[in-house]
Amino acid sequence: MTASLIIFFVLAALAVLAAVSLILQRHPIHSALSLIVVMVALAGLYLLMGAEFVAAVQIIVYGGAVMVLFVFVIMLLNAGVEERTNFSKLATFGGIPLALALSGMIAAGIARSSGQLATSPAAAQGAISSTKQLSMMLFRDFVYPFELTSFLILVAILGAIVLAQREN
Amino acid sequence: MSEFLAKYAFLIVPIIKVAILVFAVLTVDAYLTWLERKVIAHIQARWGPYRVGPHGLLQPLADGIKFILKEDPMPSGVDKIGYFLAPFLTLTLAVTSLSVIPFGPDIKAFGYVTNFGIADVNVSLLVLFAITALGVYGVALAGWASNNKYSLLGGLRSSAQMISYELALTLSVVGVLLIAGDLSLKHIVEYQDNGNLGLLGWNLFGFAKDHAGFTQIIGFVCFFIAAIAETNRVPFDLPEAESELVAGFHTEYASMKFAMFFIGEYTSMIAVSCLATILFFGGWLSPFPASWTLTHYLPSVILIPFGLWVFFDGIRYETIFGRVLLPGVGAVLAAAGLALFLFAPANDVIQGPFWFFAKVFVFLFFYIWMRGTLPRFRYDQLMDFGWKILLPVSIGNVVLTSAFLLWRMH
Amino acid sequence: MVPTNYYLILSAILFGLGVLAFVFKRNVITIFMAIELMLNAVNLAFVAFSRALGKSDGEVFVLFVIIVAAAEAAVGLGIIILTARNRRSLNVERVDLLKL
Repeated sequence: MTASLIIFFVLAALAVLAAVSLILQRHPIHSALSLIVVMVALAGLYLLMGAEFVAAVQIIVYGGAVMVLFVFVIMLLNAGVEERTNFSKLATFGGIPLALALSGMIAAGIARSSGQLATSPAAAQGAISSTKQLSMMLFRDFVYPFELTSFLILVAILGAIVLAQREN
Repeated sequence: MSEFLAKYAFLIVPIIKVAILVFAVLTVDAYLTWLERKVIAHIQARWGPYRVGPHGLLQPLADGIKFILKEDPMPSGVDKIGYFLAPFLTLTLAVTSLSVIPFGPDIKAFGYVTNFGIADVNVSLLVLFAITALGVYGVALAGWASNNKYSLLGGLRSSAQMISYELALTLSVVGVLLIAGDLSLKHIVEYQDNGNLGLLGWNLFGFAKDHAGFTQIIGFVCFFIAAIAETNRVPFDLPEAESELVAGFHTEYASMKFAMFFIGEYTSMIAVSCLATILFFGGWLSPFPASWTLTHYLPSVILIPFGLWVFFDGIRYETIFGRVLLPGVGAVLAAAGLALFLFAPANDVIQGPFWFFAKVFVFLFFYIWMRGTLPRFRYDQLMDFGWKILLPVSIGNVVLTSAFLLWRMH
Repeated sequence: MVPTNYYLILSAILFGLGVLAFVFKRNVITIFMAIELMLNAVNLAFVAFSRALGKSDGEVFVLFVIIVAAAEAAVGLGIIILTARNRRSLNVERVDLLKL
């Protein structure tokens, strides 16, 4: 039981528990807080894998901007506790087992194919993902999608401003 | 025994460092409140705390006892998870952000080299920004969970302000990153070590030795203004001012939870001052060139007269307790100064941290000075300033720095 | 070293939980959060594969996914605010004007 395995199981259990809490909480703000815990746990997992820049960007952008947006909207729209409606029995008793079976099948398929996914020697040396290498790849090989995403963000900002205006 | 220590040193040494850091930070926070009250009082031509101990030095202790013993009411109708989580989050994030800051050069003791901070991460600057980004939640949750419309308004205003100035904060640092080429705070300080130019090698002036550098004065001004807005201090403290919005997002918090907000705010002030010294003012580097070795005695030159002054001021103090405590403190300070003068190894070790803490103290004094002097911004003026002036100026700094660096490379 | 499979199994579990939340919750903001959970699960798979293959391509793609998710959250929440104003409720079962 090496230290990294222990840390992995702790962070993985934290992520799964927070995701279950997202489903079980009744008030959307508590679901939002659970989702923030999931994101921070995933950032910890990225750090464990050696992807430091992605972990930092995950917390700064996802946890510090996107989720703040969600929290603001929940506070401003005064979202209350969810009401009870009657779900069809088919959805509850057929749906949940089917969804669990789906994830179970995916997980079993992955576990069975353990032979082909050996970690490559380059990764074992920790040669991947220095921030420098990541940024060189981002600005040389992927510069075209990079510029396109900046355009996409501009379009999203304009769209959000137009959508949220009051009608005068 | 020493084998056990050597094998587990990677675990034991950080634990010791964490304990020292937490203790030191909480004490410094407490005495920062004392310093703030004294400095603001003297700006306003009065004395400030004077009676609780000699020169009010035991006032933080009295405040601490008050916070512990006071009743901690919880209003009805609050959202319990948010109400309890918010101050805890603020305090935890603020103290955690101090873990990646290097306070001095590497320590070499008993053949073991260790970082002077707690964690030496490759991307420590990004970790600091991540923690700052998460700090918005403490404020927003506090405002919303309090079941009080003034708290909600104050919390929303404050978190909107923090998000807006976070952008300018991050962009104003990009100039420093272009010069240093590294995200690690320790390497950024080592890049400003210019051998014999001392002060001029700092990023503020930018005369670097074997790599191109550009003056980062615009970046520093943008960074410091954005940092004051991030920590909700005057002149940007509309959301938590006492005469507006009934104290804003921490209206419904009393005693220990309020103390946690309080300590969190002062700790983030300290963290931001540490960051400003590391990024723009050379961290633990001395402002004098390295060839002026006489300046190594500066700590002693400051400590010995200060200790003697406290000693002689204390002998004729009003209360008997002061007549015992103050000369004692003065004697300890003077003895420490003398010990540094006589023992060269101790003097060498103390050089880096001495300059670091001196610069941080100057920044904290500047924060307090501004609180005593400036009026506060109105909220729309604040948001206008953040988006329409500070952000374009930060982006302009990035463009200017990169243009200069490109020109130098050809 | 943690085997890559463990990360992929965790990604599958998180994705399945995201699907569950998407189907069973009635508040439109919570449904949107379930979408974000699914995107995060996919990001984890990307980074795990990137580490397994030793190249940085996966991490670059994760950056793009984060950027696109942020843009989508901004526009999506704008739409949600408008819908909530119009239908005066955040319950997705009330947005049923096209029902027979």
